[in-house]
Amino acid sequence: MKVEQISVFLENKSGRLSEVTRILGGGGINLRALTLADTTDFGILRLIVNDNRRAVELLKANGFTVGTTEVVAVEIPDRPNGLADILDLLGAAGINVEYMYAFVERHADNAVVIFRFDEPEKAIAALQKAGVSILPGEKVYAL
Amino acid sequence: MHQNDALDRSSLQRLQVERLRETVRRVIANVPFYRERFRAAGIGADDIRSIEDVRRLPFTTKQDLRDHYPFGLFAVPMADVARIHASSGTTGKMTVVGYTRHDLDAWAEVCSRSLGCAGVHRGDIVHNAYGYGLFTGGLGVHYGAEKHGVTVIPISGGNTKRQVMILQDFGGTVLTCTPSYALNLAEVIQELGVDPASLKLRVGIFGAEPWSEAMRKEIEKKLHLDALDIYGLSEVMGPGVAMECLAKNGPHVFEDHFLAEVIDPDTGEVLPAGARGELVFTSLTKEAFPVIRYRTRDITSLDTAPCSCGRTLARMVRVTGRTDDMLIIRGVNVFPSQIESILVGLPGVEPHYQLIVDRVNQMDTLEVQVEVTEGTFSDEVKKLEGLARRIENDVKDYCGVTCKVKLVEPKSIQRSEGKAKRVIDKRKM
Repeated sequence: MKVEQISVFLENKSGRLSEVTRILGGGGINLRALTLADTTDFGILRLIVNDNRRAVELLKANGFTVGTTEVVAVEIPDRPNGLADILDLLGAAGINVEYMYAFVERHADNAVVIFRFDEPEKAIAALQKAGVSILPGEKVYAL
Repeated sequence: MHQNDALDRSSLQRLQVERLRETVRRVIANVPFYRERFRAAGIGADDIRSIEDVRRLPFTTKQDLRDHYPFGLFAVPMADVARIHASSGTTGKMTVVGYTRHDLDAWAEVCSRSLGCAGVHRGDIVHNAYGYGLFTGGLGVHYGAEKHGVTVIPISGGNTKRQVMILQDFGGTVLTCTPSYALNLAEVIQELGVDPASLKLRVGIFGAEPWSEAMRKEIEKKLHLDALDIYGLSEVMGPGVAMECLAKNGPHVFEDHFLAEVIDPDTGEVLPAGARGELVFTSLTKEAFPVIRYRTRDITSLDTAPCSCGRTLARMVRVTGRTDDMLIIRGVNVFPSQIESILVGLPGVEPHYQLIVDRVNQMDTLEVQVEVTEGTFSDEVKKLEGLARRIENDVKDYCGVTCKVKLVEPKSIQRSEGKAKRVIDKRKM
């Protein structure tokens, strides 16, 4: 039920982000979702792509520091309080969100929210119990 | 002026030879390290007949001092040691030095003579912002000022706004601190809207780190005082090994206490007056911790031409560099290897690093650039920031200097063919 996410260390230098996207594009990789966490000195680019293994290889070959992390993709009804309800549910179960980002699914009424949890198993169990739809990796990569 | 400040050179040399012979005798009797070295070199105290004979004695290096940490080179029983000071060294181990009561008196004397060089006289108030503690700066100047018969304010370093208030209220006339702290103080004075001309400062005695003529001009302009260079190192004594007079032509070495030579750092040959090379000191009066031909690693030259102040003591040309990789950052000695050993000790950190030293707003800054590798990388900002903070704290704890850690991408630090260029010093000396 988990989704693999790639993270890339980036110095805050102009052109680095475009370099990453060019490298991936050149390798025929499609981006599904991305977010950039930035600080004064560096950024962490988090990506979900259609072919993780290939993307990691390409980035490493180009000298980037790359990590992979398991995240959880949750389908959320695209309406007011859609996210708030999910967060309340997680809060009630005592689950901490490390970070999250969202994207709206094409041709659907749902948004997809990517969560990074401290304890993903516990989070998945709580979400499933409440009948929340969790997207498996294969589905997210192919979105 | 002290009587020994204006001896003719031949009388000075006679005094030096006599004291050198005594010192050699003492270290042979009391310090196994020197006894063995001198035996191997085939030289005894009686072989010291002229001042040139000092050249027959082997050099002592910082490594020798480290090898005998902490008290192995002391020449008196511990019961006779009145005080201990220490300075930082590579790999976190300090250089420990000791003083007998007689040494403390001699130290206070040279510091008093230093104040004399700066024209400090009865009625002056010394605002002593050198750090007090194991560092020799604070207490060295303190006892010198007391011996000189002037008022001393033992303010020590830091708490700059309060220092400004005390300068205003207590009326310090003589400022003693590192040159970078003097500029920091000047900046805070300006920020607080205090007119520097309203302060009573007349002269500043600045040392413990290299500084430039341009910096002197700036300090003088901003603080309305004469800025003078004091030189010293704990291995030899502390502040007051040499002190510049109001002619501002380089520090006069107190040669009746410290025999100075300039050598070619590669061959060890003694260079003639005026030639630039590595400064080497031999203690002439020290009891607890005499050093024989101690290689300071400081690059300078000596000038024995008479000075307009009347002193006959040789003057050092401003120290412009070092023969090793030691950095002096805000008065603290830092070796790149110290930082390297901190980084190597962290899990996942590869020892690809670079130190960028700069002077921003008159303060030395140290940036430690560390490459992020797969072992240290995390997708969470707080973990990477935690790593940076941890390195910053370790550098502060082990080296005593504040730095900023910047995490950089792998291979972004230039790899060199030979010896890695670990330090980029952007300060203009």
